[in-house]
Amino acid sequence: MDYLTKHPKTVQFIILLAVFFALCFAVSPSESNILWRLPPLLKQLPYIVNDSVRYLMFDWMPIQVYDALIDDYEEKPLFREMTRTVSSAFLLVINFIREIFLGGNKTIVAFTSWDFINENPWARWPALPWTVIVGWAILLGYKLHGKGLAVLAGVCTLYLAVFGQWKPSMETLSFVLIAAPVSVLLGLVLGIWAFKRKYAETLLNPLLNVAQTMPHYSYLVPVIVLFGVGDHAAAIATIVFATPPMVRLTLLGLQKVPADVVDAGMMSGCTAFQLMFRVLIPTARRDILIGVNQVVMQCLAMTVIASFIGAQGLGSNLMIALNSLRVGTGIEIGVCIVLIAVALDKMSLAWANKQTDYFADLSFFQRHKFALFAAIVFVVGVILAYIGALVFRDGFNYLYIVPHNKGVTTAPFWQATVDWIWDTFFYMLRTFNEFLITSVLVPMKNMYLAMPVAATFVLMMGIGYILAGIRQALIIGAFLLFIALSEYWDRALITAYIASFAVIVSAVFGITLGSICAQNATASKVILLICDFFQTFPSFIYLIPVIMLFGITDTSVIIATIVYATIPATRYTVEGLRSVPQVLHDAGSMLGVSRLQRWVSIEVPLAFPHIMLGINQTVIFALFMVIIGAFIGTTDLGQLILKAISDPQGTGIGLTLGLCVAFIGLAVDQIIRTWANERKKALGLD
Amino acid sequence: MNISIRKPLTTFIVALSFVLFSGSSLAADSSEPIKIPIKNWSSQIVMAHVIGGMFESMGSNVEYVPVDNQASFEAVRTGDLTLVHEVWQSTMQNAYYSAMEKGGLIDAGTHAAETLEEMGVPNWVIDKGLCPGLPSWEALKDCHENFATPDSGGKGRWLEGPQSWHGDVMPNRIKGLGLDDKWVVKFAGAADALWAELKAAEKEGRGTIIFNWTPNFTDADGFTFIEFPPYYDGCRIADGGDLTSTGCGSPTGWLKKGVNYRFPRSHPRAYTAFTKLSFTTPQIGSMAALVDVEGMTHQDAATKWLADNEDVWKPWTVSILGDTN
Repeated sequence: MDYLTKHPKTVQFIILLAVFFALCFAVSPSESNILWRLPPLLKQLPYIVNDSVRYLMFDWMPIQVYDALIDDYEEKPLFREMTRTVSSAFLLVINFIREIFLGGNKTIVAFTSWDFINENPWARWPALPWTVIVGWAILLGYKLHGKGLAVLAGVCTLYLAVFGQWKPSMETLSFVLIAAPVSVLLGLVLGIWAFKRKYAETLLNPLLNVAQTMPHYSYLVPVIVLFGVGDHAAAIATIVFATPPMVRLTLLGLQKVPADVVDAGMMSGCTAFQLMFRVLIPTARRDILIGVNQVVMQCLAMTVIASFIGAQGLGSNLMIALNSLRVGTGIEIGVCIVLIAVALDKMSLAWANKQTDYFADLSFFQRHKFALFAAIVFVVGVILAYIGALVFRDGFNYLYIVPHNKGVTTAPFWQATVDWIWDTFFYMLRTFNEFLITSVLVPMKNMYLAMPVAATFVLMMGIGYILAGIRQALIIGAFLLFIALSEYWDRALITAYIASFAVIVSAVFGITLGSICAQNATASKVILLICDFFQTFPSFIYLIPVIMLFGITDTSVIIATIVYATIPATRYTVEGLRSVPQVLHDAGSMLGVSRLQRWVSIEVPLAFPHIMLGINQTVIFALFMVIIGAFIGTTDLGQLILKAISDPQGTGIGLTLGLCVAFIGLAVDQIIRTWANERKKALGLD
Repeated sequence: MNISIRKPLTTFIVALSFVLFSGSSLAADSSEPIKIPIKNWSSQIVMAHVIGGMFESMGSNVEYVPVDNQASFEAVRTGDLTLVHEVWQSTMQNAYYSAMEKGGLIDAGTHAAETLEEMGVPNWVIDKGLCPGLPSWEALKDCHENFATPDSGGKGRWLEGPQSWHGDVMPNRIKGLGLDDKWVVKFAGAADALWAELKAAEKEGRGTIIFNWTPNFTDADGFTFIEFPPYYDGCRIADGGDLTSTGCGSPTGWLKKGVNYRFPRSHPRAYTAFTKLSFTTPQIGSMAALVDVEGMTHQDAATKWLADNEDVWKPWTVSILGDTN
């Protein structure tokens, strides 16, 4: 009894579970029973959403626009004309950057016309020889962070060139080079705004939540209608996806700046502008830099999805390779994406970390030596390209642009690796798979589906109330109510079943792995690098081997989900444990705790709130991947989202389903975030 | 009209204006690029480059845009893509006709090729005797155990493509054939999941029955389509049928083309050629084989195909008004 009075939450949980199971047994499963399933009162919602979105996109405020293509005036909706203007601005910049790398005539077209190009075939911008870009990458790496980065940049760009992925890589790079800086800037601006104005934070928060948890596939069609098909649309979709973490981390960083620092800034007579850019942002640098890292990762993680709406480059080649089951080629392309991500990430961090040396007294040569070297590399590269033109007279000029698929290829090697894994583990995994499906997954799925709606509400709202409070419980109830009143409750339960199974495994796996690696600085670095790898390595690639090993079953979806959802659990655990101050380690050691005691009683409790935020991200990553799992074959919300694309009412259905997925994520988010914050306060970490 | 031309000068001006206008404004195509979608299967990509090459030979500019298949129809409708050139009846007609009904996509004719999209088995399933009596559908009554998977609850698994392709046609067909106590339909998520399943099943030596079509790259390894009761108009539920009639097989399908509504006005000559364009099944098969069997890149395959088959496509590009420009 004593234990129970000391731990009131345990009592509450026991009561909650008792009520939950009582409801599960008491409620009879019949469609007319309101406690079993709520009536689909929001059945019409997708159609209303569809009609209103269509109205906005196609009918609202029509204006007469001259269409040069058919030499006539057409009635076009204002909103779409506005979004299209944004699109063409993006396209112009993307094409410009792309043509610096690869040559072309679209930038010239933008200032003249296609007729001009037809009459003047010479009006074409030449590509930079790949040798020049590799040379520049090495120089830039060296300038930013010395030899190590120079080697890294050189290896990455050489890989792209040697393995014949030069052209698609540069295409991908050119749109990432727009999407990433825009996301960073936008994130910074919005983050500052939210920091300065409370109402902005309240306004942005739900928007960011939805933008981060809504599956991309559900807004693909609206993006196509509003922004068109092509690299510009892909860039915009990528920005929508990559900006939220930047906003959050900027805000977080700024809020963490100690009041003393601000006071010191005020005392020195800073203007508001100086206070922001000379005091607050430099102090919040660490979090903001994690934001930059996340933006780069997210941009490259989007390359495949972006190819669904017209992004040229690696993503589209990847889908083509996978569709004829050339997994080796797929892996080779995937490695290119990862290399670009790693190089960009390290370079942007080095650039952001570079301190200006105000007192250096440099000669003209010292100040401009890099420009000079860059010029030399350029001249040498161009001369090489001309020599190449003479040597490779009939075929391809390998010193100018390595043609696509004509370089050396590692695809057979990767294919052989995949085949080997397949040969070696196939029968073993088949037995495991059969056991998992028949003894765990099918019963679990049936249990989820056998839950009366009333019991689900009691359970989720109860957990919310116990861990976070009445307000959170009500918010969770509202999220669930939306799903319960839609037609998709059963499907949402299936999504929840796959996601929750994957989250549990990922969390256990990630926290264990993270804890082990966090004991050692080098191991931490390595594991964070592996996290970066799996976050940008396109999941579509391992979907195929996973299907081959586990068939078109829920196991495949779960395995793919675990691979992806373990990333944040590991990353946040490592970061959380590593950020426990050394002083506390020392204090513990002085009190004579063993290594294990120190870990259990000092490190884990202190890192716990941060780890919980990792679990929060794990839930979001898991939901994201379960929806992608529709490409394997599921019977959950994702399947309907995929189907919605070709449906005449698809825009509305897709968006409603997307909201359902987002609300599942946000309901969990409500609990964990509030709870983690309270723990933080209790531990004096805030 | 009573115009009599009296003066030589007037004659000259009238003649000149005819030359000028017939040349530049009536028949000339815009120099804006024609945007052709690149999707994710071989024949489609090679054909995209073949069609692009044909347009280029007519002096048009061409741009290739990678895009998701199901999403491409909306893009043609709004004019971000100019055309779609390989619309398979059974898997894409929903998206195609829904874009047409919403307005903006117009039909641009049908290829000569007839497509077959149907459930079937790889040849080794028959060779191994996993279902004696195939390809007749009656054989399915007695062999479902060989096609069971851990999650199919003892029934044979009937692997259909994504639900977006034909909705509930397959579940209804199983009911219509009275096979629903022996078979259960599983929807794969995407085409590549189907191919992965083919490969895994072969490895394991277990039976597999999947939705497939021809021409396709799986033809090379041997694939047999199951013979179902013949299709007739109205046998499916969507066409007014009921569960007694849904046992019918798939019809031989059309392969259509579609364009954005502005294309005929902006590129009348290219549009004319595109409507005349029509490929046969062997031609499409040969395009795909250049990539899938001979390992060429899609562009190289298209260049080679165009060079080898000038007699096929050149006639489509000939202007009936005469080559005035």
